[in-house]
Amino acid sequence: MSAYRQPVSTFWWLHQWSYLLFVLRELSSVFVAWFVVYLLLAVSAIADGPAAYQDFVAWSGGGWVLVLNVVALAFVLLHAVTWFALAPKAMVVPHVPPWVVLVGHYLAWAVLSAAVAWLVLR
Amino acid sequence: MARKRTTITMEVTRFRPGEDSEPTLQSYEVPLRKEWAVLDGLNHIKDHLDGTLSYRWSCRMGICGSCGMTVNGKPQLSCATFLVDYAPGPVRVEPLRNFPVIRDLVVDISDFMTKLPKVKPWLIHEGETPEGEFLQTPQEMDEYKKYSMCINCMLCYSACPVYALEPEFLGPAAIALGQRYNLDSRDDGDRRDVLASAEGVWACTFVGECSTACPKGVDPAGAIQRYKLTAAVAALKDFLLPRGARR
Amino acid sequence: MTAFHNIVVVGGGGAGLRAAVAIAEANPLLSVAIVSKVYPMRSHTVSAEGGAAAVIAEGDTIDEHAYDTVSGGDWLTDQDAVEAFVEEAPKELLRLEHQGCPWSRRPDGHIAVRAFGGMKKKRTWFAADKTGFHLLHTLFQTSLSCSDIVRYDEWFVTKLLSDEGRVHGVVAIEMATGRIETIIANAVIVCTGGCGRVFPFTTNANIKTGDGMALAYRAGAPLKDMEFVQYHPTGLPFTGILITEATRAEGGWLLNKDGYRYLQDYDLGKPTPEPVMRSMELGPRDRLSQAFMHEHAKGRTIDTPYGPVVHLDLRHLGAQVIDTKLPFVRELCSKYERIDPVKELIPVRPVVHYMMGGVHTDINGATPVEGLYAAGEVACVSINGANRLGSNSLPELLVFGARAGQAAAEYVRTLQKGSTSAAYAQGRDEERRLTKELRKHDAGTERIADIRTEMQTTMEDGAGIYRDGDSLDKAFVKLHELRERFDRAAVDDHSTTFNTELVALLELDFMLDIAQSIVACAIKRTESRGAHQRTDFPKRDDEKFLAHSLVHRPNKVEYLPVTITRWPPGERVYGR
Repeated sequence: MSAYRQPVSTFWWLHQWSYLLFVLRELSSVFVAWFVVYLLLAVSAIADGPAAYQDFVAWSGGGWVLVLNVVALAFVLLHAVTWFALAPKAMVVPHVPPWVVLVGHYLAWAVLSAAVAWLVLR
Repeated sequence: MARKRTTITMEVTRFRPGEDSEPTLQSYEVPLRKEWAVLDGLNHIKDHLDGTLSYRWSCRMGICGSCGMTVNGKPQLSCATFLVDYAPGPVRVEPLRNFPVIRDLVVDISDFMTKLPKVKPWLIHEGETPEGEFLQTPQEMDEYKKYSMCINCMLCYSACPVYALEPEFLGPAAIALGQRYNLDSRDDGDRRDVLASAEGVWACTFVGECSTACPKGVDPAGAIQRYKLTAAVAALKDFLLPRGARR
Repeated sequence: MTAFHNIVVVGGGGAGLRAAVAIAEANPLLSVAIVSKVYPMRSHTVSAEGGAAAVIAEGDTIDEHAYDTVSGGDWLTDQDAVEAFVEEAPKELLRLEHQGCPWSRRPDGHIAVRAFGGMKKKRTWFAADKTGFHLLHTLFQTSLSCSDIVRYDEWFVTKLLSDEGRVHGVVAIEMATGRIETIIANAVIVCTGGCGRVFPFTTNANIKTGDGMALAYRAGAPLKDMEFVQYHPTGLPFTGILITEATRAEGGWLLNKDGYRYLQDYDLGKPTPEPVMRSMELGPRDRLSQAFMHEHAKGRTIDTPYGPVVHLDLRHLGAQVIDTKLPFVRELCSKYERIDPVKELIPVRPVVHYMMGGVHTDINGATPVEGLYAAGEVACVSINGANRLGSNSLPELLVFGARAGQAAAEYVRTLQKGSTSAAYAQGRDEERRLTKELRKHDAGTERIADIRTEMQTTMEDGAGIYRDGDSLDKAFVKLHELRERFDRAAVDDHSTTFNTELVALLELDFMLDIAQSIVACAIKRTESRGAHQRTDFPKRDDEKFLAHSLVHRPNKVEYLPVTITRWPPGERVYGR
């Protein structure tokens, strides 16, 4: 006489929006990895001189690379936003309400992004 | 005026080991009253329609943690979930997910009972115990208070896909209870060996459903995230600081 | 199947856990087992709300706590037991504090205390309004560090093995498998709590079916003061969920249908905006529940589909006080009545809450049956007399749980080796009863729930807040009839796996014994005292009844004098 083990459906992650979101976030790591590869390709192209860089830019503007990068951006944003949403739970600072921690993270993100943009575009 | 419905259909999981190879649903028609919880519906079935239905319940006020079930797909305390909220029905009552089913709506929670002692859910104090009470301000108590509210109802385990896929995971309630003592100003215990293990906080991928499912506002997901940071900082200290300088 | 332990504790609530830990501390070599029909953290201790009384505040004395307890119990308390109780209660609560219990604090970090009904001083420790929950979980979690305690979780005890006035163990069913096991032990401590489910409308959890009282009763231990059943004045209609006395301690008012604080009409003092100790809403529970009955008779209660109610008014306390001191009350009202006590009145009515009576024990929890001990609500030491004061039951289960554990450990140490062959034979007989004899219920024609419901209504009608000779006699006859019908109760479930219908049958069997013992004691006590109010004998009669009722099976009642040390019987004065 034994207990019944409830099977876990292969599509368990479709049963609830929160599960789907969780799986998408896990999936985002693939796209983060892709961005790293893409960045390395860019650095390599720059190192190989203007012609190689022009080729790289042209390749990047091409159909599937563009689409892939747009999708990757969406996933990386999802990753960033959900990651930040966790921050107030992980970092409990005495006398500081959770929303301040959250806003602080977004501010730091904005400042860092602006600094990078300034470095690149100046 | 349209006639108000006076009954609701409850579809209840039946499973008797030895007789049934797998669970089936059985339908019962029960009175629909505004005060009736899902549990009152089950009691009506047991008392008047079918004495063979088995389920656990006790306090019927949401504090003993016995009557967790899956109601229309969500983990709930059946004593604190009301039939009218599912009208016109049917309302489907199944055993908690992610646990072996012993019989009908009764699940086997011995896995949790084995894991709970591993997090050392008791106060570990080094040095002298005071003659009177330990002093603890209301602010210090607020640090751990919500994690002490766990009623061990297992709804969080039922909501957690990590526990479904990796049964070795210590799970939300056990970790939250470890944190309950970690954050208590009276406690000097070290629970890192268990909490920071692969089966501990690092198994959690932050789905967050445990905190949504918790009927007592314990927020185990928050407890786990918070301990991840604590464990990471401690590991970094171990790496950087010479022995002796560590705390 | 047979197992052996030195001591078996039946019940894993506050008293049972405390007793088990006390044994492990007294003698780590002893094998201790807790056998409980639910996981320990599900035990009914978990539902206690308001607090635990023990003298710690400046300006308070243990003598005052003792006097409040003695007068609150209408002088039916044993004063030597009360003195031990008030002396040891602070140590027990401090011990829990050292184990991590989150007692509510003053801003300076010291333990906070609140007022409570019938208490002259503020001395009730509290963990917001979930005191029992925190107390039980602290005890349970701490007990996990004591790996020597063997637990039989979800095992239902059906019989105590006893031979020649001495106990030898228990027989229990493992619910998950249906396995029946004889557990041999040198001593047994019964800590199974009360029997509120004998009545139809109760704060008690579903598991409170008087199992331990019936087990001990059948093993030859007398039950004491069974006629004293406490009605708590404030339960939610329909569910019977308890709304803690702490609501009134924090300043809540009881209002009749005209919005009038009716307690002033019942010799309980004058209404003041702020709560006054031992006055009005802070009077004892028996007097408040009786006042409700009079209001009802005068037509000044409010009718609802679930019986008459009065109103508990917390609105003037404000959200801040309610959320910090009474959050669970707000949660319960919102869930089960769909009202917000910050803005709305709470409908309440008296509800069966606590059994003052129980298994007769001495001051160390020992019953007259050798090797058998009892502690907590199942026992009657007696510190509660004819009416228990709110917040005395939690310290009681700690103090006397510990005492019973220590006494049992000492008993086992000095025990002469005796023969257990009779116990084995009894174990086999019990197994036969559970497997064969109960099969006759397969062909039964009566529904268990019908018999149970009729028993409950019989008790409410015959032995409620006010009783008389007629109502009690009728109840006694009816219970006899129900006992006969019980033989024809049907069990449709033939599974050995988690058979809750079989458990319901065994529980009903226990409850019928307990119901009869309550009525038998109530018939014989022809006076009114505390929670036992006879309309045909409305006066207290110290001449004849300053004595405990002792009921032996079957329903034979005798009397035992009350122990008086320092407080001679006097008038119970509240509000003046």
